[in-house]
Amino acid sequence: MSAAGCAPSKPLWLLAELTYACPLQCPYCSNPLDFHRYKDELDTETWKRVLREARAMGAAQLGLSGGEPATRQDLEELVAEARRLGFYTNLITSGIGLDVERIERLREAGLDHIQVSFQGSSEEINDHLAGTEAFRHKQAIARAVKAAGYPMVLCFVLHRDNIDSMDAVLTLASELQADYVELATTQYYGWAWANRDRLLPSREQLQRGEAIAHAWQERMKGRMKIYYVVPDYYETRPKACMNGWGKVFLTIAPDGTALPCHSARELPGLSFPNVREHALDWIWSESPGFRRFRGFDWMKEPCRSCDEKEKDFGGCRCQAYLLTGDAENADPVCDKSPHHDRVLAAIEQAAATPAEKPLVFRNPRNAKRISSTTVHETAPAAPRANDPGQPERSQT
Amino acid sequence: MSAVRIAPGYRLQWEPAQDCHVLLYPEGMVKLSASAAMILELCDGVRDADAIVAALLQRFPEADLTADVHEFLEVAHERGWLRTV
Repeated sequence: MSAAGCAPSKPLWLLAELTYACPLQCPYCSNPLDFHRYKDELDTETWKRVLREARAMGAAQLGLSGGEPATRQDLEELVAEARRLGFYTNLITSGIGLDVERIERLREAGLDHIQVSFQGSSEEINDHLAGTEAFRHKQAIARAVKAAGYPMVLCFVLHRDNIDSMDAVLTLASELQADYVELATTQYYGWAWANRDRLLPSREQLQRGEAIAHAWQERMKGRMKIYYVVPDYYETRPKACMNGWGKVFLTIAPDGTALPCHSARELPGLSFPNVREHALDWIWSESPGFRRFRGFDWMKEPCRSCDEKEKDFGGCRCQAYLLTGDAENADPVCDKSPHHDRVLAAIEQAAATPAEKPLVFRNPRNAKRISSTTVHETAPAAPRANDPGQPERSQT
Repeated sequence: MSAVRIAPGYRLQWEPAQDCHVLLYPEGMVKLSASAAMILELCDGVRDADAIVAALLQRFPEADLTADVHEFLEVAHERGWLRTV
């Protein structure tokens, strides 16, 4: 019997990855390693149809993401349509491509929320990681977002090269008068997977960073809300990835491929439908890709008989695939998994990797190089994470 | 007492698919009970807590809602849903 025996829940979250184009080159980007292959972006009218169909199914939260969504010239038009339909509209941006006038136009279009990501706490760290000069502009944009009356939501993706500056990160956030700060430890998919040995912090680094973050949480209570996303490689239970496959979260990639999460397209043996060819309702309820890991019937041991399966859904399918080669396995972050040692080995391997080893920056040149040679042997491409349009925080 | 309104970045709306009111905020959503939604609808930036109780009493003259309303407003404040004007 399959999980489709009973009617699936409907999506609450639509993540619209409007484009893979981005002026930044962050080495932990969640986009696929072969992003350069997907140039055929959906046009404005198709996006509007996707918005209408998702809203009709009950989706209430819309993440506008990418790549850098501000590279889309129709962003204002899409925001206006989404807002008209009743979506709560979240723009997830690096700030590049925005200026005071455009923020004002987006506000007039009805945009609800802008989240600005930073790569680091100083011009030097930030611009090195971004692979371009961006820091000053980001600061200006963060101030402009606040001035436009938005709650200021800042996101920092943390890893080995910037986690030691946790105090400076939070000082910057407080100087910018952030209302919310998301401290998201890098999750290892996409480009972050390719750079994992260089990005995974040590346990000592994490503990120091965490202690500083918790002290700031205490100090800023009632003024600045700090979310600290615990890095799962150091956990013993997996995250409830996407709150369950095909349960609340729907991603549409720039080319119109519909995905249960932004990594899913690289899982082998699965194919995902495109919104150019199918109605969203069919995609969600009926398509084999969305039914594949829905519910619990697909599970193997130790998940199948586990009394925690309804809490974490066996963790992340992409992580299970990347680390064990089989997406049906338990997420090896779980210490009940017979493959948990692979996570421990990854930590050891990172510890043995010198900081001088160059990072692989996310750009079309590296994308072509990686995906033409080694992608399917050493680093299966898997977009996802580190893009804070995540549903983990949603209360449903 | 000061008037209360829904905090910037939060939006109260009816969701047909959920068959209830919800409060939407950056990357999140809370489903509301009918009474919670009724109170939040009265948080219009003009009424204070007493005025909210008075408005509810007009609709439900039998019920003594004072304690419940105050308690809800306190929780809603703590969660960042409300601002005093």
